[in-house]
Amino acid sequence: MAAVCFYFQVHQPYRLRHYTFFDIGADAFYEDENANCDILLKVARKCYLPMNALLLSLIRRHEGRFKVSFSLSGTALDQFVAYAPELIQSYRELVATGCVELLSETYNHSLAFLYSPEEFREQVRLHDDRIEELFGVRPTVFRNTELIYNNALARAVEDMGYAAILAEGADHVLGWRSPNYVYRPAGCGRLKLLLKNYRLSDDIAFRFSDRNWPEFPLTAEKFAHWAGTAALSGDLINLFMDYETFGEHQWEASGIFQFMEALPDRLLRLPGFRFVTPSEAAAEHEPVAELDVHNFMSWADAERDLTAWLGNDMQHDAIETVYRMEERVKARRDDGLLRTWRRLQTSDHFYYMCTKWFADGDVHSYFNPYGSPYDAYINYMNVMADFALRLDGASRLGHSVGMPPRTDTHRPAGHLD
Amino acid sequence: MRVLMFGWEFPPFKSGGLGTACKGMASALAARGTGVVFVLPRTGHRQPQETEPGLTLLSASGTRLHGGLARVRHAGPARGERRFVTGNEWYALDAALRRIWEHRLHLEYIDSPLHPYLTEEGYLREYGQWAARDRLTAGKRAQRSILHEAGMDRLPGDAASADVPRPDREILLHGGYGQDLMQEVRRYACAAAAIARRTPCDVIHAHDWMTYPAGMLAKQLTGKPLVVHIHALESDRSGHNVNQAIADLERAGMEAADKVIAVSHYTKQLVMRDYGIPEDKIVVVHNAVSRSDITRTYPLPPLCAHEKRVLFMGRITYQKGPDYFVEAARLVLDRLPHTRFIMAGSGDMLPHMVRRVGQLRMGSRFHFTGFLKNEDVDRMYAMSDVYVMPSVSEPFGIAPLEAMAYDVPVIVSRQSGVVEVLRNAIRVDFWDVREMANKICALLTYPVLAAEEVRNCREELKHIRWENAAGKIRAVYDSLVTGRN
Repeated sequence: MAAVCFYFQVHQPYRLRHYTFFDIGADAFYEDENANCDILLKVARKCYLPMNALLLSLIRRHEGRFKVSFSLSGTALDQFVAYAPELIQSYRELVATGCVELLSETYNHSLAFLYSPEEFREQVRLHDDRIEELFGVRPTVFRNTELIYNNALARAVEDMGYAAILAEGADHVLGWRSPNYVYRPAGCGRLKLLLKNYRLSDDIAFRFSDRNWPEFPLTAEKFAHWAGTAALSGDLINLFMDYETFGEHQWEASGIFQFMEALPDRLLRLPGFRFVTPSEAAAEHEPVAELDVHNFMSWADAERDLTAWLGNDMQHDAIETVYRMEERVKARRDDGLLRTWRRLQTSDHFYYMCTKWFADGDVHSYFNPYGSPYDAYINYMNVMADFALRLDGASRLGHSVGMPPRTDTHRPAGHLD
Repeated sequence: MRVLMFGWEFPPFKSGGLGTACKGMASALAARGTGVVFVLPRTGHRQPQETEPGLTLLSASGTRLHGGLARVRHAGPARGERRFVTGNEWYALDAALRRIWEHRLHLEYIDSPLHPYLTEEGYLREYGQWAARDRLTAGKRAQRSILHEAGMDRLPGDAASADVPRPDREILLHGGYGQDLMQEVRRYACAAAAIARRTPCDVIHAHDWMTYPAGMLAKQLTGKPLVVHIHALESDRSGHNVNQAIADLERAGMEAADKVIAVSHYTKQLVMRDYGIPEDKIVVVHNAVSRSDITRTYPLPPLCAHEKRVLFMGRITYQKGPDYFVEAARLVLDRLPHTRFIMAGSGDMLPHMVRRVGQLRMGSRFHFTGFLKNEDVDRMYAMSDVYVMPSVSEPFGIAPLEAMAYDVPVIVSRQSGVVEVLRNAIRVDFWDVREMANKICALLTYPVLAAEEVRNCREELKHIRWENAAGKIRAVYDSLVTGRN
């Protein structure tokens, strides 16, 4: 008996417009509405709409035996409502089949847990409320932004009443152990931990159209064969990936849609194979062992850690700047300010400032609207400077944008090495 | 492997970016076992100087040219005398250069005095004599004047034949970039070619257009392969107002060369597009920065220690984009009034810049230092909080690397070659004044940004070494030398 669990991440950030130092105090519009709308419509056309239609037809064809799950970020949902409401309808149809589970996450796809557990809880509650309002269901399984995870997060999520949590099946955490089982997070009593099988997931998400990959081209038969082999050492294969994989990262011409159309049938033909949603997986399987994850891990880059968002001083400075404002923002009791502040927490803003250009640089530049990490930081900090002014209600510039005083009155002349 | 290099600048004799680059690569080549003889217009020393093992500096000024023999034949009472000169080196070189000038360049070849003028008065006097001689001896003026100088008039009329040794002559140059640069270039060519005939070498390597005639002439006389090195193009320096004679010289040099070395891909593209040089003839060798081990510190004046300084350092000419810096300064000062702007250097646009700063009413915050030398350059870098290189077209641009050596964050024009190697530098389009100001403000306001840039660039600087450049240049030499055998 082996179960396959698909989870697709759907997320779109609110990208910032080019916001210069001279806009500080003069302009409170931070977002690039044209770009956000254009990108959303493009991705909807290439990925969300055709892939939703494909999944719906697969669910119907297999009469409920094919199941998937989604995590829809709040910022993506807000943009669906604003720019492409037909997407909401499309997801409602999927949810109505009973074969599609929606997961819980932070509303703004944020790193809030790292800086403010209270803000984290509020954002998760906001997200669940929004899902319930739009789709009439309340999530019972949690996944954190970019699968960022550790013991402390698991405990917090258990306290919040969830049945299971998703995480990366990173080698440096698992060691000799297999990701194809359900685990128990260290320090938790009943929360279950589902780990991504990153080899099989990334075969689809990253390598599918890579002509230098020895296994190219990937067919549904070949993939089903691998899944069959993986199931020999486990009872649950978790395939977690960005939904934009289909039609956006892997173009339609690569044959990704045909692959996905053929895959459920191939997998269901394997003896004992079936599809489950994360909550079913958690309900059906007992943990085989406890998994102790002290340091944060994520599903990003080769390192599977936080360095994509918190790898340099610019990123730390920017994120500390936004969370430092929490008390002041909440004290103002202004819904507009609060919403703006939360959108500025979206993890993408910090991802754009990443300077790990060499090994993983290509993936970063693909998503990056900025020419360089410096541009991303400058833009974000300019926006934060303006936001701080508005927060303080200051009319005059200079209170919070003044130059920091020089501390070094002696500068060394240069020497290298 | 021995290489004969022709160049116009070499520290400490005359030093701009060109000189810094020439010294960096010559030293690195010498250290890796390539013998370098570097010919400068003027070093102030008569004797060759071996400044470091394998690297010899030679002054073109003071090169002795063989006078040869003046031969007079008396062909009988009816025919009178026939006079001619054999083995006069200046005449031979000048004639060969004339051929290059007229056939390759299609330029008018104007005879020039052998000695440069050292003062204006001296020039006028010599020019007067030259012109007078020219009128007297139109046609065969060279022979006649030389015979005259050799004192041939006093030869006995009845001699059937007589050979009179003529005195050797010296070519004198003053170096630098004076009004008569083109004449200086030709004198240099003759001197350098004479040196090439006496100096055993495997390859001739000429840096920038001033030495291309020398390279072409030396290649013709010795048959050795020629490498021309593009540090800058006339279109970089002058935009649309190119000096056609210089552009023609550049083209002729590149066409005559066996290989062309460009300091960046940016320049390589220009060479292919504007000069029609085929891609396989061009090799890109990026410049580097020399390591210095100065550990001096410069105190900031206490009264303005709290202020921040933004620096422009370079020639104040069209190419370097000083006008964009001035406009950006006004925008920054509107927001951050406690900033100071410094424009260090001199050039033909300086008066215009001073006027514009006055017009924008920011003279109290915008300072001109004139041309800075030696320690003042170090001090200026060390005092700065941001260095801006807003060049309109910069083949390489070594200054940002120097600023980086002082931990000064830089903003570099995208229209430059240095961004190909300093990929972590903050970039801006030179014409986007508002964005330039935005980035200056950001560097002044967000200390984390400056620190991050400096740290990333320092990491990159470790790999930008002259040794690597020298390795690539040596490979070019090797391919030319073995290709010939």
